[in-house]
Amino acid sequence: MSLFYFLTFVALLAALGVVFAKNPMHSVLFLVLTFFAISGHYLLLNAQFLAAVNIIVYAGAIMVLFLFVVMFLNLNADTEPNKSALAKVAGAIAGGLLLLVLIAALRNVNPTGADLDTFDSQIGMVNRLGLVLYQQYLLPFELASVLFLVAMVGSVMLGKREAGERHF
Amino acid sequence: MDISALTSVVISWQSLVILAVFGITLLIATYSTYAERVVAAFLQDRVGPDRAGPYGLLQPLADAVKLFTKEEFFPAGANRGLFVFGPCLAMTTALMASAVIPFGNTLLLNNGEVVRLQAIEVNIGMLYVFGVVSLGVYGLMIGGWASNNKFSLLGAIRAAAQAVSYELAMGMALIALLMVTGTLSLREIALQQYDGLWNIVYQPLGFIIFIVCAFAETNRTPFDLPECETELVGGYHTEYSSMKMGLYLFAEYINVFVASAVMSTLYFGGFSFPGEHLLYNSLTSSQGELFAHNVVTILGTVVLFAKIFFFIFFFMWVRWTLPRFRYDQLMRLGWTMLFPIAILNILLTGAFILFFGSKEPKREISKEAVPTEVRTVARR
Repeated sequence: MSLFYFLTFVALLAALGVVFAKNPMHSVLFLVLTFFAISGHYLLLNAQFLAAVNIIVYAGAIMVLFLFVVMFLNLNADTEPNKSALAKVAGAIAGGLLLLVLIAALRNVNPTGADLDTFDSQIGMVNRLGLVLYQQYLLPFELASVLFLVAMVGSVMLGKREAGERHF
Repeated sequence: MDISALTSVVISWQSLVILAVFGITLLIATYSTYAERVVAAFLQDRVGPDRAGPYGLLQPLADAVKLFTKEEFFPAGANRGLFVFGPCLAMTTALMASAVIPFGNTLLLNNGEVVRLQAIEVNIGMLYVFGVVSLGVYGLMIGGWASNNKFSLLGAIRAAAQAVSYELAMGMALIALLMVTGTLSLREIALQQYDGLWNIVYQPLGFIIFIVCAFAETNRTPFDLPECETELVGGYHTEYSSMKMGLYLFAEYINVFVASAVMSTLYFGGFSFPGEHLLYNSLTSSQGELFAHNVVTILGTVVLFAKIFFFIFFFMWVRWTLPRFRYDQLMRLGWTMLFPIAILNILLTGAFILFFGSKEPKREISKEAVPTEVRTVARR
């Protein structure tokens, strides 16, 4: 239980750090720390595979690309464009709506914990997850992969060299 | 108090194994720096380090003293916190990976205790290694960015792009291997190859992809573009001096060691060696099961280290033989050659499993060869 509180503390602190850090580089690093804390939570919930994939995909690949982009930009206080009040209000409303949806989703959850007699310790293991994913949820899984394919084709189209264009 | 009571009360043998794995990783990385010079000298027909101690064996110690006593330098305008954090992170992530590598089977003690020669056994060992390796690039990126130097930044950007590109092909190669083995646990993969064919027989193409990606992930020549001295001074560690520099260099050697250990375990049988089943049977009939099992385990560990040392030598051999790629060649190799070949490898593996069946029967035989207590540990 103390581990849970520690991870929650780290996750919340790092998440606040993401928002409040002045330096975008620090923001990205705080976000990586947040992902680590969340992976720790997955481990506590006995979801080893999810924890590992969260680290590999988010911390190991997506955040590296984030950092990559941030390093290219020269984001200093004087070059930062002043955001208008309208943008700030719109951002606050959008974030608030997301919070509302999350609270609504969690409202009916009954936090009783797992029944230790019937609890299956193998539930988050990778082979069990694979069986569920490829039997019960095969169609949504395949649809998601098609979505990824579409996104990949789209990004290749955007990055493609146009006729007559030279890069060097 | 006798020894067995003391060990069961105060320390468990398993914790000793964890300490030993940590120490051995550091020791091997230390002597890799020496081996690199000796191999370079050998390949270039030179003498190599021979001043410090017999055959220059104390050279790593002399290097450490030099690095520790040099002036620590902070470049102007550097982000001090991240500048220090970069090498620390590189070292930490490098050291984390050796925790799940099975350096041997189990040792059976007299009191019935079973000691795994592996720091921690996790169900998802392969994913753990992959995750830790993918984090390794942060140390380089943060250090390169925090130096406030254009060359460092370019090195950091190259490191990031290279790591992300080659991780994909590496992951694809691992997926094909996973289709053959049916488990993510490194220990189980090693046990499957016990007295059977090594995985290289089932995955020759996958191994070639994996080793090329391992060179790119560890930033070794011909893929050492992030620290390419002909273009970028020193790459991401241009501004580093003293032991912070040392940590970056050291982390590279630890990564080489880990990559070698992973390749030996995944594709070259891990701690298994030809004829171990025969040896086990003959020793069991003459000396008893316990002795036979322990002897085979210790021999297996020795064999695994021999395989690891061969791969470390291979890394150095390639470094002093091949010239460096150009950056666009590196990217083209990663994306337009390795990646499609990796996908083809997955399709081929799938077709083979479909038409010829998986190597499931082989696994049953190999499990018979392992004593019962070991099997229960392996399943956990």
